[in-house]
Amino acid sequence: MKRFVWERYWSVVKKEVIQIKRDRPSLAIALVMPLMLLFLFGYAVNTDVSDIKMAVWNQSPSAASRELVEQFVHTEIFQATASVSGYRELEAMLDEGTVDVGLVIGPDYTRKKDRGEPAHIQLLINGSDPNIARTAMSNAQLIVQHQAIALQEKNLQKQGLGELQLPLELDTRVLFNPNMESIVFNIPGLIGLIMQNVTMILTAFSLVREKERGTMEQLVVTPIRPLELMLGKITPYVGVGLFSFCLVLLVGTAWFGVPVKGSIGLLVALSVLFLVTTLLLGIFISTVAKTQLQAMQMAFALILPSVLLSGFMFPRDSMPVVIQWLGGLVPLTYFLEILRGIFLKGVGAEALWKDIVGMGAFSLLILAVAIGRFRKKIE
Amino acid sequence: MNVAIECQQLTKRFGERIAVNQLTLTVPKGSIYGFLGPNGSGKSTTIRMLCGLMTPTTGSGTVLGYDVMTQSEEIKQRIGYMSQKFSLYEDLTVEENLDFYAGVYQLGAAERKQRKAELIEMAGLTGREKQLAGSLSGGWKQRLALSCALLHKPELLILDEPTAGVDPVSRRIFWDVIHELAKQGITVLVTTHYMDEAQTCDWIGFIFFGNLLAEGTPGELIERMEANNLEDVFIELVRREEARQAAEGGAR
Repeated sequence: MKRFVWERYWSVVKKEVIQIKRDRPSLAIALVMPLMLLFLFGYAVNTDVSDIKMAVWNQSPSAASRELVEQFVHTEIFQATASVSGYRELEAMLDEGTVDVGLVIGPDYTRKKDRGEPAHIQLLINGSDPNIARTAMSNAQLIVQHQAIALQEKNLQKQGLGELQLPLELDTRVLFNPNMESIVFNIPGLIGLIMQNVTMILTAFSLVREKERGTMEQLVVTPIRPLELMLGKITPYVGVGLFSFCLVLLVGTAWFGVPVKGSIGLLVALSVLFLVTTLLLGIFISTVAKTQLQAMQMAFALILPSVLLSGFMFPRDSMPVVIQWLGGLVPLTYFLEILRGIFLKGVGAEALWKDIVGMGAFSLLILAVAIGRFRKKIE
Repeated sequence: MNVAIECQQLTKRFGERIAVNQLTLTVPKGSIYGFLGPNGSGKSTTIRMLCGLMTPTTGSGTVLGYDVMTQSEEIKQRIGYMSQKFSLYEDLTVEENLDFYAGVYQLGAAERKQRKAELIEMAGLTGREKQLAGSLSGGWKQRLALSCALLHKPELLILDEPTAGVDPVSRRIFWDVIHELAKQGITVLVTTHYMDEAQTCDWIGFIFFGNLLAEGTPGELIERMEANNLEDVFIELVRREEARQAAEGGAR
């Protein structure tokens, strides 16, 4: 391996900076697109379940039954959108999807309740989306249980037995994201996902464009080394990417109200490492693709694995081991841990070292492969 | 004899197709060698092999004493190359293109300033330093490309159809520069389709279907072929080779 010549590297950096400045539309896209995507997806990617549409068939209208329905609506998990008067009507609504849950209160509810006899209520749940179904079921059980205990207490008090003591109680404390809002979990991940895909495309074009325009032919007859060329090409984009990252970070914290609990300095430093990694991945694509169209297709092909394998959507722990390894080939996988760690838990480098080392190793690997693939030849 | 380029049995195959077939040629130092041949005859492929842009399939060769198979990086430091198609950055200005290549060839600040001034003067680009390369006309573009190829004072200049599609005045200026460079001791290997240009070369090689058909000074070739001028030599050589190949094909 020949010596790395700073002068040649610096020439490439200067040339790229001029070219980026002259290509205003591309620069604007690189800076504005992440912001737009964050606004768009910040609202769309929401796994909190609320306002499940519920149809009510109340066959025993009374203050007591209305109170029960009231309890359901009060949680804001359910929303009473329709009132029906028969199974047929209820099933039709579930089929159409106008409601996801049907609450059926039998004709003898009020009577049984007044007499202190056990009453039954029925809940029909659309189970096609397990997430919604689970939420609906567990919440309905809690509501009814709570109501049952309250009734029992009242009955006991009537009999003069005083307060009801529960023999077992669970105290829970949720750390890091006490309200369990999915947005707090999703925004940091979204920032990583957006930055990876926007920055990767920036360099995915760079070498291919030179091949297509013919400028590569002149460049490869010079003594320039592949490493000088590649690092020279990514350097200006690290600046562009970092600026864009800071904008997105600002919007994530100020607009969506997701605070950074850990050190901002560490977050920025590690995002530079992340940007370098994704830019190198782009350069790698550039050494494989023959045309800009191919480079675009390859960059797009990487988006889905980034979403599905990185842990952005689904927890990696529940994936088969082989799939987890594959996820290791996506830089976002490491960065997600880092982002969530610093954003939510406020941890430092000592808790994240595995991901930092993993991402660093991955970037070196991809650089080595890209250099190995790049030939100063035209054939 | 002091040689700049020497190659023996240089062959390049693209799959089944033979682009250059066992080419043996010698270019003496300080001479202008005109490389002639119809389109698709293997001129550009030969040049690209000599520049280190392509690896020969078989054969051997040296450029400025360095092996074309193994020492292409040493060769690249010492040659200037200009391709058929304009291959500088159209979105950079004249000066920025020169600056970029000056950096790539590691010219020091003082040398860079001096070389840039000399070459802008030589190419007649004075006053156009801030113009985007893409907005230059054909002749200017070629002279800018030549300037970039000369920045690092190469010992050998390799030009692939430098004057294709260029107006007569620009062609004349361009060739004046080439002759001037040869006087300074720089070896020039140039391909062209213009016989008036070929006439002024010191040596000429004819290549067709990847085979070197004839080699010599322009005067020798005209005499040997009993032709009136180089154009007749060219046409006669192509005609004979086609007849020979047709006969070979018929015999098969």
